Amino acid sequence: MAFTLYSLIQTAILCINAVAVLHEERFLSKIGWGVDQSVGGFGDEPGIKVQLMNLIRSVRTVMRVPLIAVNSVCIVLLLLFG
Amino acid sequence: MDLPHHGYRATKPRARAAPPAGDSVLFEDTSSAAPAMNSQGYYTSGYNMGGPSDDMQGGGGMNNLFADPVANAAMMYGSNLANQGKDMVNKEISRFMSVNKLKYFFAVDTRYVLKKLMILMFPYTHQDWEVRYHRDTPLTPRQDVNASDLYIPTMAFITYILLAGMALGIQKRFSPEVLGLCASTALVWVIIEVLVMLLSLYLLTVHTDLSTFDLIAYSGYKYVGMIFTVLCGLLFGSDGYFVALAWSSFALMFFIVRSLKMKILPSLSSDSMGMGSNAKPQLRLYITVASALFQPIIIYWLTSHLVR
Repeated sequence: MAFTLYSLIQTAILCINAVAVLHEERFLSKIGWGVDQSVGGFGDEPGIKVQLMNLIRSVRTVMRVPLIAVNSVCIVLLLLFG
Repeated sequence: MDLPHHGYRATKPRARAAPPAGDSVLFEDTSSAAPAMNSQGYYTSGYNMGGPSDDMQGGGGMNNLFADPVANAAMMYGSNLANQGKDMVNKEISRFMSVNKLKYFFAVDTRYVLKKLMILMFPYTHQDWEVRYHRDTPLTPRQDVNASDLYIPTMAFITYILLAGMALGIQKRFSPEVLGLCASTALVWVIIEVLVMLLSLYLLTVHTDLSTFDLIAYSGYKYVGMIFTVLCGLLFGSDGYFVALAWSSFALMFFIVRSLKMKILPSLSSDSMGMGSNAKPQLRLYITVASALFQPIIIYWLTSHLVR
């Protein structure tokens, strides 16, 4: 399994795209992972599920705009250079 | 033979007209000065007596370029611009990672490196694994042998790449691309391991003072074991490789478990409820043990193809 740095970048872009594609009201709320269902635990031990939901929500919020730019650049480069 | 010489003198006025363009004078200087020097040297050696007036004019032109006030001012402006660029780069880099914190990890000395290498290879007799603090800041590696540093991982990584090249060369399988591939593969595995550790530490809300650099350091300590394994494999053949693999795996697993136990496990929050933290120590133990078990796997993966 020989990795190059390019394959690492590809993996990262694919994973972040996968997280960004999860729709809030069609999917996450259906399985109980929506943003309105995360205010359960008080105290400072939120639990894995709440942390994961927070992580998904923050990745989606932060990465929405940069992903547009990065994906466009990737599409152009792949079209040009295969 | 005279044509290039005339060409040199013909291009000189053009070069001297270009400098007031700002910082491009730096590039103009070297590109017009270097062949000027070469052709100057060639023609002075080839034609000592033939054309002393030409050489004088060429040399005079060179001195005039540096004594010319416009070129001088342009060069100073260029160096000013370069300094500003350097300051801006430093400022941008210090936004992402604090250079002072990085300096802490490289504050090592010979005694620390020797003791740490011995602990990495034989950690079973080391008694005190506690990282000592000095008024809330951790002690530098010079003063505390339990502190983690980045010097050993960096040097071990580079040594591993060189050793991989040598091992492949011994087996007549060397090519420069393979070296780059080996280096980037090892780097990617380090990055993956650090990211997985960061993700698991975040998900389990472990309040620890392990920074990213600490994780990079702990992830890089396995390269010392890898170097030892590859050396034994090269010197003693396949049997030596497996013996050294077992030895360095156990030593590294012991080292990681003892070091991370200090940092991850007892760091419960100050007002933890009894019921809330039942699952936590187990999960933290799982993290520590999983991270320790990952080391022999990756050592075997990255070195087995070198010792065939």
